[in-house]
Amino acid sequence: MIPLSWYLILAAGLFSIGLFGVLARRNAVAILLGVELMLNAVNINLVAFWRYGDISMMAGQVFAIIVFAVAAAEVAVGLALVISVYRRRSTVVAEDLDLLKW
Amino acid sequence: MTGEQVIFLIVGAVTLIAGLMVVTVRNLVHAALWLVATLFGVAIVYTLLNAGFLAVVQVVVYIGAIAILFIFAVMLTRRQAAETGASVNPNWLVGAVMSVLTFAGLVYLLQTWSGFSKQAAAIPSGFDAINQLGNALTSPTGYVLPFEVASVLLLAALVGAVYLAFNKK
Repeated sequence: MIPLSWYLILAAGLFSIGLFGVLARRNAVAILLGVELMLNAVNINLVAFWRYGDISMMAGQVFAIIVFAVAAAEVAVGLALVISVYRRRSTVVAEDLDLLKW
Repeated sequence: MTGEQVIFLIVGAVTLIAGLMVVTVRNLVHAALWLVATLFGVAIVYTLLNAGFLAVVQVVVYIGAIAILFIFAVMLTRRQAAETGASVNPNWLVGAVMSVLTFAGLVYLLQTWSGFSKQAAAIPSGFDAINQLGNALTSPTGYVLPFEVASVLLLAALVGAVYLAFNKK
């Protein structure tokens, strides 16, 4: 049988990879890809804790479904923002969008 | 080593390698396709955790909708076929150190926890996870309120996305 630790380490690794993507990529769409990896890592943890805890308590799976909904909303709004910015500035490079930075 | 463990190790390695490709590959369409591979790996992990419904939702919602949306966004925001400039910003080394430190810190904290290498209890016979999940999502004593709030959130995101991406000229 698989111990809980394997799932937790896999999720930690996936989260760190996503964090690197968010911190290091220049393209705004690539940053959103990193956020998706982090959300997936969180979901692995939630489902693993559901399976290894009290299986009749569905909170872990319910919370994972809420994370799905939030991820879908985040991607829809995020990509709409990227497209809107691209239309005005003709760039999606995050460091070129410094209108609010002094 | 049991067959389940072998499957987990293969799937976990593929998931992590595909995740690394997502954040390092230069072409964003390729990055989105590597994201699809990662999401498939996570779906298989859900199946290993006996969460079949979530695995199906992962394939339908994440791969069917979100990954395709990413590919659309990449294609709509490219002026020329080839990417110009570096794919990572000048602080990428700091970012790499930060994420390695995060990973090390998480693993260190988790291995001090007593339930770290816990084994899963056997699923009681006659346990119907999908039935339980449906009941939990719709019963007033369960999670009907967060469920409805999620639907309102999706509606707000839909309206907001249409408003933001709408061409006003």
